[in-house]
Amino acid sequence: MTAPAPVADGLWTDEAEPRLIGGQNRDTGAIVFPMPQGDAAQQFDAVPLSRTGTLWSWTSQDFRPKSPPYAGPEAFTPFLVGYVELPGQVIVETRIEGAQLSDLSLSMAMELVLTEFAPGRTTFAFQPAGARA
Amino acid sequence: MTNAQIIGAGIHPFGRTDGRSGRDQGVFAVRQALADAGLEWTDIECAYGGSEGAGNADIMVNELGLTGLPFINVSNGCATGGSALASARNAVAAGQCDIALAVGFDKHPRGAFNAKPGDWGLPEWYGETGMMLTTQFFAMKIQRYMQMHGISRRTLGMVAEKAFRNGTLCEHAWRRSPVDLDTILNAPMVNDPLTKYMFCSPAEGAVALIIASEKKAKQLGADGVKIASIAVRTRPPGSFEVFAPAISVERGGKPTELASKAAFEAAGIGPEDIDVAQLQDTESGAEIMHMAENGFCRDGEQEQWFAEGRTELGGQLPVNTDGGCLACGEPIGASGLRQVYENTVQLRGRGGARQVPGNPKTAYSHVYGAPGLSAVAILER
Repeated sequence: MTAPAPVADGLWTDEAEPRLIGGQNRDTGAIVFPMPQGDAAQQFDAVPLSRTGTLWSWTSQDFRPKSPPYAGPEAFTPFLVGYVELPGQVIVETRIEGAQLSDLSLSMAMELVLTEFAPGRTTFAFQPAGARA
Repeated sequence: MTNAQIIGAGIHPFGRTDGRSGRDQGVFAVRQALADAGLEWTDIECAYGGSEGAGNADIMVNELGLTGLPFINVSNGCATGGSALASARNAVAAGQCDIALAVGFDKHPRGAFNAKPGDWGLPEWYGETGMMLTTQFFAMKIQRYMQMHGISRRTLGMVAEKAFRNGTLCEHAWRRSPVDLDTILNAPMVNDPLTKYMFCSPAEGAVALIIASEKKAKQLGADGVKIASIAVRTRPPGSFEVFAPAISVERGGKPTELASKAAFEAAGIGPEDIDVAQLQDTESGAEIMHMAENGFCRDGEQEQWFAEGRTELGGQLPVNTDGGCLACGEPIGASGLRQVYENTVQLRGRGGARQVPGNPKTAYSHVYGAPGLSAVAILER
């Protein structure tokens, strides 16, 4: 059995408790996510981001997005998405795991996890801090 | 600069018209605008037009006539119509021509818009993981706004209820039946807190406007409406826009605020002077937030505005008098021009059952789109 593969390279660090990889602007210090590619990357240094943050906004995805580009399973289960503010760094858009819609509230503590969003493919997500995925 | 007026306005009904291409709907609208202005196609000296997904506008000369006029194709996403109008106005104001055409049309497939990440400079994983959806953005923008400024779900429902009620009075609207508040609030969720009835749908339709110099309008004895100002703006740093995998922790301005401010300054009037407004309402939350972003109220006051019916047809500031995107649907290339068409109808006093009472003298239109741009036009009678 092969381990599930990341949806893309370079999105998160390869460590026991992975962190997202952002790009820090060499002139302004501002952080973006994901790390820019191509010519734009020359202006940025890759930096690991905080594993924890607070919920900035959220919604439910109650219909199956069109494929392509969506690569999730044909049999659709609604999922949650949101923006999580990594303090002093950047506010990232993310899937939300380990929670129901009614569990979510503004500014609640969130932490990074990896999730298998399609058979054999992983992406990053955030869950309420301390929850079990 | 010469002042410019809208002297002819035409529209192909929005919605679904099987068997008629988007461009043919555009031709229909142009012919109606010509008839309205009492002009022939040979009178048009230059043209600007486009669609998002229904092909090039300049091919219309096959149907309208090979007069040799310069016809510029405009492709600017949700601001396609607004940009065509701004270009036609500028051509007239610069003295390049006396009579110009702005036209926008579209014909989209059913279901949510389907964007390709590469077209927007975004990585494939963003689309693959199910995060690249315009509807999610709108839901998350209003979700946060509701928490910060005390807007209720009921008020979201009232926006849609008003749109469908106004749509029943409008010949060019797609949805022409009223929908009651309970049905709207209890409908299946699309993206929380927005239900099925709170979103507009991709659709079909076309709008054409004929722009003339003030001198020409006078010569023709036209029933003209003055274009007081037009402003198109893209996003400033720190804004929150469609298709953003991340946003800055340093929160900044909004493209709508920039366009609104510029349009009011150029027109020399303020929000309190506007008699009727068409505000981008791709979903219920957008209309609420755009009321504040365009300067008509402060954040959070919308709750009271709706409770008091201030944006109804007979209210202090009627908003989306033809039912907006919610009742008309959104053919991207035509949608912004529809707002200006409706304002032209209202200022000419031709609104029939949906006419805003009291002879409105000033009208405001606002369109917003990906990846964070906004166009505002102010008309005066």
